[in-house]
Amino acid sequence: MALLVLDGVGCARGGLPVLTGVSLTLKAGGALILRGPNGSGKTTLLRTVAGLQPPIEGRIEAEPDSIAYAAHADGIKSTLTVAENLAFWSGLFGTADIGPALAAFDLATLRDRMAGRLSAGQKRRLGLARLVVTGRPVWALDEPTVSLDAASVALFAAAVRAHLATGGAALIATHIDLGLDAETLDLSAFRATHAARTAFDEAFT
Amino acid sequence: MIRLLTRDLKLAVRAGGGFGLALAFFLIVTVLVPFGVGPEAGVLAPIAPGILWIGALLACLLSLDRIFATDYEDGSLELLATAPIPLEAVVAIKALAHWITTGLPLTLAAPLFGIFLNLPGPAFGALALTLLIGTPALSMIGAFGAALTVGLRRGGLLMSLLVLPLYVPTLIFGATATRRAAEGLATDAPVTLLAGITLGALALLPFAGAAALRINLR
Repeated sequence: MALLVLDGVGCARGGLPVLTGVSLTLKAGGALILRGPNGSGKTTLLRTVAGLQPPIEGRIEAEPDSIAYAAHADGIKSTLTVAENLAFWSGLFGTADIGPALAAFDLATLRDRMAGRLSAGQKRRLGLARLVVTGRPVWALDEPTVSLDAASVALFAAAVRAHLATGGAALIATHIDLGLDAETLDLSAFRATHAARTAFDEAFT
Repeated sequence: MIRLLTRDLKLAVRAGGGFGLALAFFLIVTVLVPFGVGPEAGVLAPIAPGILWIGALLACLLSLDRIFATDYEDGSLELLATAPIPLEAVVAIKALAHWITTGLPLTLAAPLFGIFLNLPGPAFGALALTLLIGTPALSMIGAFGAALTVGLRRGGLLMSLLVLPLYVPTLIFGATATRRAAEGLATDAPVTLLAGITLGALALLPFAGAAALRINLR
């Protein structure tokens, strides 16, 4: 069963088309790695999939409320503790227990620490632990491994594997090798035609 | 939704949350006015309703830009927009949290501050009542203004300019009702209109605020 289908999707950043004709299918248990140089539209595509911006063309098919999005920013409140941060999101998404999420990202010993006192990598782990408590089947992840050390990357890869094993799916934009058994999609093949860009650029040259 | 409310209240009360800022500002205004215009009861009493309402309104304005700005900066607003809770509810809850941390304390403190300004006796009840009815509108209109300007650098200035004209009707009817009570006149009409403005704001602005947020998050 396909959890997420993109059919000829195009999306724009700041009013300029960056991607066109992206088609992909994510099945339960499947992961897809998005690659492409900086500015190729990985973040824009993920934001479109998450529903934060509408596609300029094409269709996105997914169950309503099935996508958990993780952006560059983790959405962590520095004056709440690790457990309070997670408990807020789990309450909002209607899942009960934050224990497994804390365990998956090795945060149990930090649970009563103020989030503002965490290191960058620990904050990132907390941000990723939020994905586990959303209980949603499709993860759309934007550079999830930024500021993670090798051990934490392994923790993250294990969490993704566990998520896939329970019938989830993941769409991950990353530059590093996560050691996942996943297909790769290079977004530079879907770059929007330069017509729109150059017309804009010429106006400023 | 209760979760979002309790989180916002928790954040407001903890260090750096800005709880008490509005109250301190209100106190400063009401303490400084007698120094500025002179302490004679005959001078202070007629202007007290207006000063108290203006003080409460400006105090409310002070913390408005924090409603969405902090959540926007740390990325929680995007995550809230993808959470299983309608954005309209997010706007309404945020306005409610703002009211509980600023409007409600201002309402409770205003009668006390009225003493500093020699507010005439019959007006105390009217002052508390009008603030209780009027401040929810200030928070709701403010949340709409904050939603419009979220993501702008130094958006606070633009937001104040956008929000101030929308605050004028609430100020007029709130201050009028309090002044009429001080003069011993009937206050039904301005209080009813004040309540009408508040109910209208509560009914419409969550939708307008959510639409503004959606556009600003793109």
